[in-house]
Amino acid sequence: MEHNIELESVSISMPSIRAGESKKRIMSKITSRGAQIHLVSRHPEVYEPCDDSFALADALLADRTNLLEHKPMLCLEIGCGSGYIITSLATMLGDETNTIQYFATDINPHAADATRKTSEAHGVHVEVVLTDIASSLGKRLSRMVDVVVVNPPYVPTPEEEVGCEGITASWAGGENGRSVIDRILPVVDELLSEKGWLYMVSLTANKPSQICRLMGERGYASRIVVQRSTEEESLHVIKFWREVDEAMKGHSRTATQTASDSWFSQFSRSTFWRKNN
Amino acid sequence: MRLLTHNMLSSNIKGVTNGYPLRLEAEKWSVKEVDLNRDFLTNIFPRIEWKPLVESARSLGLSSLPDDADPSMLNSDDFLKGFHHALLEIHVEEGALICPETGRRFPINKGIPNMLLHEDEV
Repeated sequence: MEHNIELESVSISMPSIRAGESKKRIMSKITSRGAQIHLVSRHPEVYEPCDDSFALADALLADRTNLLEHKPMLCLEIGCGSGYIITSLATMLGDETNTIQYFATDINPHAADATRKTSEAHGVHVEVVLTDIASSLGKRLSRMVDVVVVNPPYVPTPEEEVGCEGITASWAGGENGRSVIDRILPVVDELLSEKGWLYMVSLTANKPSQICRLMGERGYASRIVVQRSTEEESLHVIKFWREVDEAMKGHSRTATQTASDSWFSQFSRSTFWRKNN
Repeated sequence: MRLLTHNMLSSNIKGVTNGYPLRLEAEKWSVKEVDLNRDFLTNIFPRIEWKPLVESARSLGLSSLPDDADPSMLNSDDFLKGFHHALLEIHVEEGALICPETGRRFPINKGIPNMLLHEDEV
C-alpha cells in the first residue's frame, strides 16, 4: 500500500517548471504526461475519456519509469475507444526513435476512426484494427506483445447488452461486468510476451480479487497501481505480469492472493455504478 | 495500415484453417518517412513472415526486398533500409485484404483494416 500511495502522489502532482526553462522543454514535460484532452477526437458513438480513462492513464504515468526500463517492442490497447489511452502511452514513452510500435483494436468503427484521429493529432502513430478483442491478430502476435492496456466494458448489465453496436459496447459488461473481461483475459495471456505486462481497469462489482486469483492460476502476479474511490464508484487499475521463476511461483501466488484480498476488501461495500450515469 | 500490421493479420472466419497470409489489394497508399531503428528491426525480424512481406511489397511496386532473408542480412545497411521502408514507411490507406481460403474481402478504409466478422462467420 505504501508503494501505491507514493505512486498516486506522483500522478497528481504537477511537474515542477522552473523559471528560465525553454518553452520547448516545458511543452515536452507536459506532453510526456499523456494525451491532451482537447486533442481527443469525439463522436456521439464513442466513449469519451472519463474517470476510468484518467485512472488508467495515471497508472501508466505512475509506472512510466518502469515502462521505459521495460523497453517494450510492441504495445497494444484492446478496446481503444477515443484513443486517449494508447495515445497517452505513446506520448509518455515516446516513439520518435521507432523502438516501440503501438497497436489498438476496437469493434466500433467510429472508435477506430477516433483513435486514428487522436493519435495523429498528437503526432504519434498507432496501427488501428477493427476486430473483436484481438481475434485477427492473436495467431501472429502470440507471445509478442510487451504491454497490453485495457479499459474493458465492466459495467454490470443484462447479458443481451454486451457487444451491442455503438457506444453501448464500450461499457456493457454483462453479469458482474465480467462477460467481456473473462473473454479478454485468455487472449491477453496468449498475446503477452514472457516479460509482458497487462494494465486493466476494473470495478469492485467485477470481483477484482477473483480476477487476480484467476490470473494467478495462469501464472501471473498482480498489484494495484491506482485506486479511485468515491461514493459512486470504486475503480482499480491492476497490473499483471508473469511470474517467471517456477520455484517462486507457488510462494508468490499465495502472497499475491492474500494481498489482493485485503486490498479489495475495503471497497466491498461500494455500490454498483454505471459508466453512462 | 503498415505492412507490419498486414504481416500480423489473419482471417479468423469460423472453420477457416488456412487464413494466412491475407492477400493485399491496395487501391491507395502513401509513404511516410520515419527514422530507421536498427534494434527494432533486428528484434522484429525473427517474427516476420518474409514471403508475405515480399509479396505485399511487390504488389505495391516495391522490388527492393530479396526473395529470401536470413538474420545475417541484418548486417547490410541496404537490406535494413529496404526492410524498414517496406515494414514501417508504407501506409495502405484504401483497399482490401482477401482471405486465402474463402476469398472473403476485408476492407481497408482510411488506413484501418476492418476484420469484423458477420454473425454467420463467428
